[in-house]
Amino acid sequence: MQPLELSGVTKTFTAHLQGGMRLPVLRDLDLVVRRGECVALTGPSGIGKSSVLKLIYGNYRCDAGAILVRDGGDVVDVASAANVVDVVDVGDVVDVVDVVDVATAPPRQILSLRRRALGYVTQFLRAVPRVSALDIVAEALIDVPRETARAHAAAMLTRFNVPQRLWTLSPATFSGGEQQRVNLARGLLPRRPILLLDEPTASLDAANRAVVVDIVRERKEQGASVVAIVHDESVRDAIADTCVDVARFATAA
Amino acid sequence: MMASDEIPLLAANGLAKYYGRRVGCADISFDLYQGEVLAIVGESGSGKSTLLQLLSGQLRPSAGDIRYRLRDGSTADVWDMSEPMRRLLFRTDWGYVHQDAQLGLRMGISAGGNVGERLMAVGARNYGAIRAAATDWLSRVEIDESRIDDTPRTYSGGMRQRLQIARNLVTAPRLVFMDEPTGGLDVSVQARLLDLLRRLVADLNIAVIVVTHDLAVARLLSTRIMVMKAGAVIEAGLTDQVLDDPREPYTQLLVSSILPT
Repeated sequence: MQPLELSGVTKTFTAHLQGGMRLPVLRDLDLVVRRGECVALTGPSGIGKSSVLKLIYGNYRCDAGAILVRDGGDVVDVASAANVVDVVDVGDVVDVVDVVDVATAPPRQILSLRRRALGYVTQFLRAVPRVSALDIVAEALIDVPRETARAHAAAMLTRFNVPQRLWTLSPATFSGGEQQRVNLARGLLPRRPILLLDEPTASLDAANRAVVVDIVRERKEQGASVVAIVHDESVRDAIADTCVDVARFATAA
Repeated sequence: MMASDEIPLLAANGLAKYYGRRVGCADISFDLYQGEVLAIVGESGSGKSTLLQLLSGQLRPSAGDIRYRLRDGSTADVWDMSEPMRRLLFRTDWGYVHQDAQLGLRMGISAGGNVGERLMAVGARNYGAIRAAATDWLSRVEIDESRIDDTPRTYSGGMRQRLQIARNLVTAPRLVFMDEPTGGLDVSVQARLLDLLRRLVADLNIAVIVVTHDLAVARLLSTRIMVMKAGAVIEAGLTDQVLDDPREPYTQLLVSSILPT
């Protein structure tokens, strides 16, 4: 199988506080993402693009269908290369890796899948009181010695042009653009086989947009499978191999 | 053979507590693994504190059992073991952080004594080593060494809570119960305590069961959550999943009741 395969994914929210109003979002969504491929999700705001990413990450619960994620395999987690990860290019041989169905997996399995297989750049940074920008980024590297993680984090913050004088501060007081760059540094630091990007370039200047494009292209070359929501057409053209119009699967009026 | 981290550290099965005909909590089953942080949320009277007392061996359940994996790898039923054994577990391999630090500390003895006492319970006798460990733990919870000989009576609320945490963690427990650990603290003190707890729990790979009515605390500290109402667990799962995609009417009400900052 491919690193990521969604089939028949269906999601409806029920708003009990509004008299049990049902809000259907997605019906029978199919999506396959190959190794080294970037699929861009397109469609107007509110159509359910972010919901697709949240379903893959296990953040939203899936009502029906399967969300199969290949756990392990052929992308090196360079950031945890300190732990020596064997690079095995399994090609078409898939029986050496586990497949997890996020739609039905128990919490513990989703957590371990996230640690190993899923990278996710969320739309907004969730700042933690008292935790510095450097540590917020470094914490994305799990199972890596703290100082090594900080060194990787520093390199990433530098790449995103976050001035060093901000590194020791909590991002809670940063500007929107600064927070987004810290968030990108955090989300893009771990090199996992699947990368989910939710509006990574929304409030970035041209220089930082180019950094995002470079990193995504690097990851694709290393074999990562990418699902991206990108409104900026030039960025989308630069990273995406395929576009999937989520409106085809949307049930919203 | 399963690796030891494949066996739950604590497994609750069909737990219930009845006070006469009134239900404290009922039909509660879950597994907790090493290093996991489980939050139990719900409003006052939902049974979450009753459940915490059952789990920590302080209150005998009316039905069900609690199995705990001991350090030697064997598993024992918490309520089948002898009372001294259960007390030993409570003093060494478990920790219990009370909302009211006065319940978890000895207010009349020094801060160093409070930390050292738990070490002595596991057999430490060398005064120098005990004092060194106490000093180390006070610094880890950000209490100045110069305050080691003061009693907690002279400490602020936030300091008392941090001292209580040091006292609990000095014996390197594998499981810590927390009952509203940040309740009653002002926000900056609460943020400091949460950050401290978050780091200590991650660094030491401790399993934690934390009762809180504060969903922000649950989100920050826990990876899994159980929502309780009227003595029953009505919804459970990954913390971010339950808070971002709540299913039950009551959970939706809880989540939608958070004040924006």
